[in-house]
Amino acid sequence: MSSSDPTAVRSSRRALGWGFFLSELGVLFRRRRTQAMLGALAAVPILIAVAIRVTGGDGRGPAFLDRISQNGLFVGMTALVVSIPLFLPLTVGVVAGDSVSGEASTGTLRYLLVSPVGRIRLLVVKFASAVVFCLAATLTVSVAGLLAGAVLFPIGPVTLLSGDTVDVGEALLRALLISVYVALGLLGLAAIGLFISTLTDAPVGAMAATVVVAILSQVLGQLSQTELLHPFLPSYHWLDFADLLRQPIDWSSFAGNAWLQLAYVAIFGALAYARFATKDVLS
Amino acid sequence: MTAAPAAIRTSGLTKRFGRQTVVDGVDLDVPAGAVFGFLGPNGSGKTTTIRMLLGLASATAGEISVLGERMPDRLGTVLPDVGALIEGPGFYPFLSGAANLARLDAADGWAPRTTRRARVAEALDRVGLTQAGGKKVRAYSLGMKQRLGIANALLMPRQLIVLDEPTNGLDPQGTREVRGLIRSLASTGTTVFVSSHLLAEIEQMCTHIGVMRGGRLVAQGTIDELRAAGQATLHLAVAAPDARLAVSTLAPLGLVVTAATAPDRSPAPDRAPAPDGAAARDGAVDAPHGPTADGDTALVAPFPDGLAPEHVVAALVGAGVRVRGVAVDRPSLEDSFVALTGEGFDVVQ
Repeated sequence: MSSSDPTAVRSSRRALGWGFFLSELGVLFRRRRTQAMLGALAAVPILIAVAIRVTGGDGRGPAFLDRISQNGLFVGMTALVVSIPLFLPLTVGVVAGDSVSGEASTGTLRYLLVSPVGRIRLLVVKFASAVVFCLAATLTVSVAGLLAGAVLFPIGPVTLLSGDTVDVGEALLRALLISVYVALGLLGLAAIGLFISTLTDAPVGAMAATVVVAILSQVLGQLSQTELLHPFLPSYHWLDFADLLRQPIDWSSFAGNAWLQLAYVAIFGALAYARFATKDVLS
Repeated sequence: MTAAPAAIRTSGLTKRFGRQTVVDGVDLDVPAGAVFGFLGPNGSGKTTTIRMLLGLASATAGEISVLGERMPDRLGTVLPDVGALIEGPGFYPFLSGAANLARLDAADGWAPRTTRRARVAEALDRVGLTQAGGKKVRAYSLGMKQRLGIANALLMPRQLIVLDEPTNGLDPQGTREVRGLIRSLASTGTTVFVSSHLLAEIEQMCTHIGVMRGGRLVAQGTIDELRAAGQATLHLAVAAPDARLAVSTLAPLGLVVTAATAPDRSPAPDRAPAPDGAAARDGAVDAPHGPTADGDTALVAPFPDGLAPEHVVAALVGAGVRVRGVAVDRPSLEDSFVALTGEGFDVVQ
């Protein structure tokens, strides 16, 4: 490539990394595996809605289940409650656990680093795209639930837990807020997954370990013997979004969730950096 | 690029994994503009050295400078000028060849987005992958992946290109193309650092060679220096009765006959000239020019530098030796390479 070639001249300034971030999102969301996971998440509210429609919605079930037949807006919320313990952590575990170890196993990690992407920038972009995935995953559940609910059930003003009634627009806003809340709750797990991902070149191991962390956290959260630990578990606030269904909104659980997750992101982000910044990349 | 600093220079470069020393005090000196062949058997520390040069692995000890800058401190400024193929290609199987290149290009903060498409197309064209650029890498053969890996190294104009075993998995035609590519890169002043365990593959295009063995750099220099380093050998065929005379004539010239082969139909063993200590082992030395003619004796002696073959012949003829054949052989680079690295499949640890 001759240096006089006009198509091959360096930028005068180093790009900040938005281009790489977009490319990372492209690789993540164009991948069949990611699409399949989002499809599976979308199936949860659809299955719930169809089941209620067919059986009439009597009987016991997760929160909000009994409300669905009166108002389709509750399908998404019910589906989130169902997905939070396993399905959402599973998909986040796959994406976060794969983030660095997956690149190592395909051999692309060394080429990214030599390109050069910069190790810190790579970690930041990987985490940022995991954040985008968390949001995409919860929104997929909510939006699929909304659509399934609108098709199969009547849609109308929602009576909140505080007894007040809000119109459909306000209810949609609340649904969006709940999606953000749930996504926020997954960020700590994403950071843990990123850290685990820097430890190994085997993506399956990192994914499994991340999912195990999520399950372990919930098991510990159920045991009264570990009560002292509960407020520090990443899953502590996962199901506390009911406070967002009050009038006025009680932000305390949202704030508690945010601080807890921020702490996990800070700790495991630092660990991931400490591990990855000096790691010999031999994959 | 005149008077440019060395493209790569290391001193005492060492890498240990636990108690095992994989790279041991390597002092590389790759001049700018050179095509440097980095040779050594598998497991001799070539790839680990390359990983340290590119900042993928940290050195246990020693200094590295690449393009005149200290590594790994100046990684971010040096690497945009370096294209690399490291230990085989690595790509996302679920993306097309072109998408893979675009992805790696996006990772380089210095590569302008506006020209990405054109640069990717040009790089694909240079390695002959234009047709396959839209296919998923999953469907690529090893040779095609190897070409894509080289295309990745060519996405931007580079001052240094590091190619680790670039001809792996390529057919003879592909190997020729890679050689041509390296020559064309070198002709524009790009320094090329190419590693291989096969001397024959890179011998023809290298200006410099470094040889690794067991983690140590056992030889380094221009290709001519390494060629000259081997000991030349004089092969002489004389009429059998004159063999003893020939040996005594050669001795004052500093030529010590180390082997002599009598003709097959030599009537008596005592006629075979055997200087002290040097056994006349029948058939131990292959005459260089076909079977020795009936009645000739083949003599072999190490041939020192600076001695003219014609002087030797003149001396022999002057002494009345019937000289029937003479040749001075230099060892091929391959012989020197094998002598330096050892033969066989044993991985040196």
